Formats: sequence, structure tokens, C-alpha cells
Amino acid sequence: MEFLSRACAGGAGIDYFLQQLVNGVTLGAIYGLIAIGYTMVYGIIGMINFAHGDIYMIGAFISLVGFLLMSALGITSVPIAIAGVLLFAMIFTAVYGWTVERVAYRPLRGAPRLAPLISAIGVSIVLQNYVQLAQGARVKPLQPMVQGGFTFSPGGEFHVTISILQIMIVLLTLSLMAGFTYLIQKTPLGRAQRATEQDRTMAALLGVDVDRTISATFVIGASLAAVAGLMVTLYYGVIDFYLGFVAGIKAFTAAVLGGIGSLPGAMLGGLLIGLIEAFWSGYCSIAYKDVAVFGVLVLVLIFRPTGLLGRPEVEKV
Amino acid sequence: MARGLSLAALRDAAAAGIVAGLLALPLLGFRLLDSAQGLSLGYRLSWVFYAVIGVFLGRLVLNLIGAKWAARPRSTHHNAAMARFTPSASQSEYIAGWAMIAIAFVLPFLPFVDRNVVDRMTLVLIYVMLGTGLNIVVGLAGLLDLGYVAFYAVGAYSYALLALNFDLSFWICLPLAGIFAAAFGVLLGFPVLRLRGDYLAIVTLGFGEIVRVILINWQSLTGGPNGLVGIPRPSFFGLEFRAGAGGFADVFGLAFSPAQRIYFLYYLILALALITIAFVQRVRSLPIGRAWEALREDEIACRSLGLNPTTIKLSAFALGAAFAGFAGSFFATRQGFISPESFSFIESAIILAIVVLGGMGSQIGIVLAAVLLVGLPEWFRDLQQYRMLAFGGAMVLIMLWRPQGLLSRRTPTAKLAEAGSS
Repeated sequence: MEFLSRACAGGAGIDYFLQQLVNGVTLGAIYGLIAIGYTMVYGIIGMINFAHGDIYMIGAFISLVGFLLMSALGITSVPIAIAGVLLFAMIFTAVYGWTVERVAYRPLRGAPRLAPLISAIGVSIVLQNYVQLAQGARVKPLQPMVQGGFTFSPGGEFHVTISILQIMIVLLTLSLMAGFTYLIQKTPLGRAQRATEQDRTMAALLGVDVDRTISATFVIGASLAAVAGLMVTLYYGVIDFYLGFVAGIKAFTAAVLGGIGSLPGAMLGGLLIGLIEAFWSGYCSIAYKDVAVFGVLVLVLIFRPTGLLGRPEVEKV
Repeated sequence: MARGLSLAALRDAAAAGIVAGLLALPLLGFRLLDSAQGLSLGYRLSWVFYAVIGVFLGRLVLNLIGAKWAARPRSTHHNAAMARFTPSASQSEYIAGWAMIAIAFVLPFLPFVDRNVVDRMTLVLIYVMLGTGLNIVVGLAGLLDLGYVAFYAVGAYSYALLALNFDLSFWICLPLAGIFAAAFGVLLGFPVLRLRGDYLAIVTLGFGEIVRVILINWQSLTGGPNGLVGIPRPSFFGLEFRAGAGGFADVFGLAFSPAQRIYFLYYLILALALITIAFVQRVRSLPIGRAWEALREDEIACRSLGLNPTTIKLSAFALGAAFAGFAGSFFATRQGFISPESFSFIESAIILAIVVLGGMGSQIGIVLAAVLLVGLPEWFRDLQQYRMLAFGGAMVLIMLWRPQGLLSRRTPTAKLAEAGSS
């Protein structure tokens, strides 16, 4: 097989390894943020929100519009611009997330299990084509906004670069995840979410507004996806309307890898997917990086069918 | 009372309008313009205004026409959850089935039907066949497969490669392609069949993507993104569809016309689809068919009754894959050209949508859904850009309208899915 014969040239030193590690962690942070949206929705209503990848793509587009708007408004300070765009993208993407749930999923609550999935695939097609029609099919570039970084070379033969942007992405992800964990563990909304997840009917009987809680889940998921969209816009500098599909699949893979329904699992899964992709691209072949990602997923699921941190399902007879 | 109702309707419509405005503002209100200097921002805020007005009025009309419509999906769900599984097709469905077959047979001779219609119906029949095959996996065995297109691709590429490299005829390649696809199904199925529900879905989705990536990158075998060209066309028992001596038209004393091949392909796929349908209908009442459905309903009960879930699942996977392989090799011979582009995820989604829209297990439903999802959009090819938008929208609307599928009498999973499976 051709793709095995040219696989995996080793031999590069520790610096090269560290560089891939840095890249992988950055990528993993982005996947982790998207994966949270999948895992939360799956946990609470048990459906694969297939359109979530496209919500992330919408987040990236709204961020791009936001950046251009900022420069049109004459805001030149990069930190202020990024903070402004972050808010802008989170709010407007959240509206998309809310609307998708309200229009396409809520009427199907309690319908056969595959109905919302098909509806979600339909939404995904609609969103992709909507953005393509509204903004054109061409790839959209953005001038690099955050430059600079730190270079060091512990192994001596190759420079490891950690850019400020990468540090920013990882820090932002970490703080969002901390805030998010707090939200789920300590606030009334988080309690309502966990209650709805365990038993929707019982939660409703005890006074939890189930519809509102589920809406809130979609809003949170979409705003986290918007952050991921913003980061990917800054990090890669190019976006297109098809961006959501592959990223969505990988993020869902991350959620499944970590154990779907588990929040730490989503983060861990995202990190692992990012690392696998970076190392495979760095050491083996870029063309087959997606194959590697899915290969690892299959392997993990064969040995741990409920993912790394997922609780085994107990089936009552 | 009525005033209170219309006031509420007005308020609801206003809220919908505001949401539409928020949705439209960032993506419709601004246009990203690329130029040599990089991106710049165009403004078309009037579009936002139109969106708000449009949604407001639309919602208002809907509200005034009736709150009934909005309440409908929930009530249908309730009825369907109560519905029981009836294995025998009802009388009307039986008659409708034969009527459809009769229409399909005489279709090319109907006065208003031209070559293009026959060609389109050929495509629809490919999807009927794919839908029927996937129905074994999803509808009967209850295994959610999001990568069905992989088997379709394996079938198409095996036919193309066998025909191109070994010069085998279509009739030898067809079963071989089916066998290859089935073998691939077993290969894929073996490690993943322990997984349940959505885990299986994502792994099959992953396999679908892996196959596509390999097709793109394994240049020396598959021709990479350019695909394979010059795939031989099928012959009529050795007679080729070409002008001149020895061709099909010559031997039968007809005037040569390129339409003959199109009509031949139509009847070929019609025969293949009917064989598939007949096979699946028969196999449903065999022990293995019963076992698929029993396994879907309750795996633990199956196991305690001595059925082996792995073999049963594998057989469903392999059979479904085999039919996709047949359909794939027909697709390759019809097109004469295949590339990885024809086997992207959207194809899997369309096939799955056909099965689910058809009502999961209803054969006539599959045919109707294939006509609706594949046949109708082909008519609107002129609308090009808006076609896929409308396609996605239609998928959502049909699902909201009939969550059970078009023909929903046979929805046995409705109740048990909630109680038992993940």
C-alpha cells in the first residue's frame, strides 16, 4: 500500500518534536472548544447536532466581519479589537445556535431518534449554502493581526517557535473551560442542565424549565464554537464556507474519543485529536492526517467502547 | 378572545422578525469583498430589512392561519409512538407497489417522457437501490451507518478498475464488485459492531471519509482527484451500443440512436432495483431477517435466546454493502467516469435521508422519498445555486412535517428507542 510505504520518517530531533507538540496543543484547544458543543447537546437531548460544525463556520465568518467592522470603526488597538470581535461573534453566533434549536430540533423532541439527525443534516446543508450564497464561495483571507512569539532551541538544531497567538489561544481556551466548568458545577443554570440531562420529565416536574435549559445549552455551545471560529480565523488566516464540515467531524470524533456526554472528556479528546493530527502531519504524511485521526478513534473505541472518560452504559432489562 | 389571540400572534411575529434581523445582520448585512488589497467590507443593510419584514409577515400569516399547524408534529409523534408493528404490508400499499412497478416499466413509452426524464429516473432508481440496501442496515438491523457511500465507492472503483485493467465485461464485474463491497463491509463491520448507536455512526462516518481520502491520495491506483475515465459501457449480451456493423442497432435492424443506451441502462437499473427490492422483501421473512429486527428491538433478549449478535450484524452490514457495490458498479458504467467527488459525505446523507424520510422500513416510502429528494431537485437544476439551499430546507421541513417519515405505519422503534437503547 502506497500510503504505508511512505509513512512515518523518523529521525528529527527533540526540537522538531516540541514544535509539533506546541502546534498540536493549539489545534487541540480549538477542537476541544467545538467538541464541548457536541458533547453538551448529546448529553442533554441525546442527539448528534450535526449542524454544530457549521455553527463554528458561521462563527468564523462573523468574526471576520467583526474584524473588518472594527477597522472600519477606526479601532486599531489589537487587544481591544479582538475583545470586541469576541463579544460580537459570541452574541451573534449564539443567536444562530438558538434559532437552529428552536426551528429545527425543538418540534422534533420525542420524535424517533433519527428524525432530529436528518433535520440536523438538513440544517447543516442550509447553513453552508446560505453562507456560500451570502458571502461567495471563494476563500476569505485575513491579514495576520497578532504577530511575534518566542523562539528557543533546547535541542540545538531546530528552532521551536511559540507564537503569541498560540499562547493566547491556549490561555483563552483554558479560561473558558474553567468558567464553563464553574457554570455547570455551581450555578442554577448548570444544575438545571444536569438535572435535565439525567431525567427530563422529572426535572420538568420539579420546576426546571426544560425548554429554556436546552436553549441555553445550544446558546452556550454556539458561543464556544464562535470563540473557536474566531481563533481559527486568526490562526490560519483563511476561511471558507466548507470549513465547518471537517472540523465538525473531528470535533465530534474528539467528543466520542473522550466519552460523549463528558465535559473533561471533550477537552481531553480535543487535545488528543489535535496532537495526533499535528504529529502525523509532522512525521508522516499530511495527506493522511484525517485517516490517522479516525484510525485512532476506531482503535480507542474497540478497546474502550464508551470513550476514554465515558461512563459505561448500564442497560436495564 | 380573538383580539387577544391576534395580539399574541403579532407579538410572536415581531419576536421572530427581531431574531431574523439578528441572524441577517452579520452575514447578509455585510458583504466580504475580496480584492487585490485584501478583504474589504461591503454594506447591504437593506437585505436585513427585507429579511425582517419577510420573516415578520410570514410568521404572522402562519400564526393567523392556525395554531393547529404548530401543534401538529407533537400530536403525530404521540400517535406513532402508540402504533404497533405490523409485518404484513397493507392492501393499499401492495396495490400501490405493483402500480409503481407497472408505471416504471412503461415509463419510457409514455408520450410526455423524453430521454432526459428517463435519464433522471435512472438516477432515481440508483438511489432507490442504495436506499433499499441501506434500509437493511439502518431500518431493519437498526445500525446507524453514516458512511454508506464508502461501499458505493468500493463498488464503483472495483468495477472501473477490473474493467479497465483486466478487460472484464460488466456482467462479470457486477457480482465481483458486490463481493468486494460485501467483503469491505465485513472488514469494516468486524471491529466496530461492538459499538452501539452513535458511536457506530461516527465510526462509519470516519470510514467513509477514510475511503474518500485514500481515493484522492492513492494516485497510482485510483487516479487521485482526477478519477478514472473511459470506463467501458455495458453491452447487451455482448452487443455494444454503437453505430455501424455489429452494434446493437445493426443486429436488431434498428436505426442507431444514442437514446438506445439510455433506455437500456434504465431497464438495467430497473431490473437491478427490482431484484434488490424482491430480495429484501423475501429476506425479511427469513430467520435472518427476523433476527435483524429482533436485534434492533432488544439486543439482550436476542442474546439470551441464543442469537449471535455479531454474525447477525455482520450479515446485515455485508448485504447492505453488497447492494451498494452493485449500485456503485452500475453508476460507474453509466457515467463512464468516476472521481472521489461523487462519493462525499453528502451522498451518505442523501441516502440516509431517503431511508428515514421513507419511514424506516417502508419500501414504497423509499421509492417516494428517492423521487422527492433525487428526482425533483434534478428538475430545478436551472436554479443551480439555490438548489442545495432548498434541498436542505426541504429536508428539515419534511422532517418537521412527518417525523415518522412519509409512510409511517411501520415505525416499530418509536417506543422502544426511548426506553432502552442509547
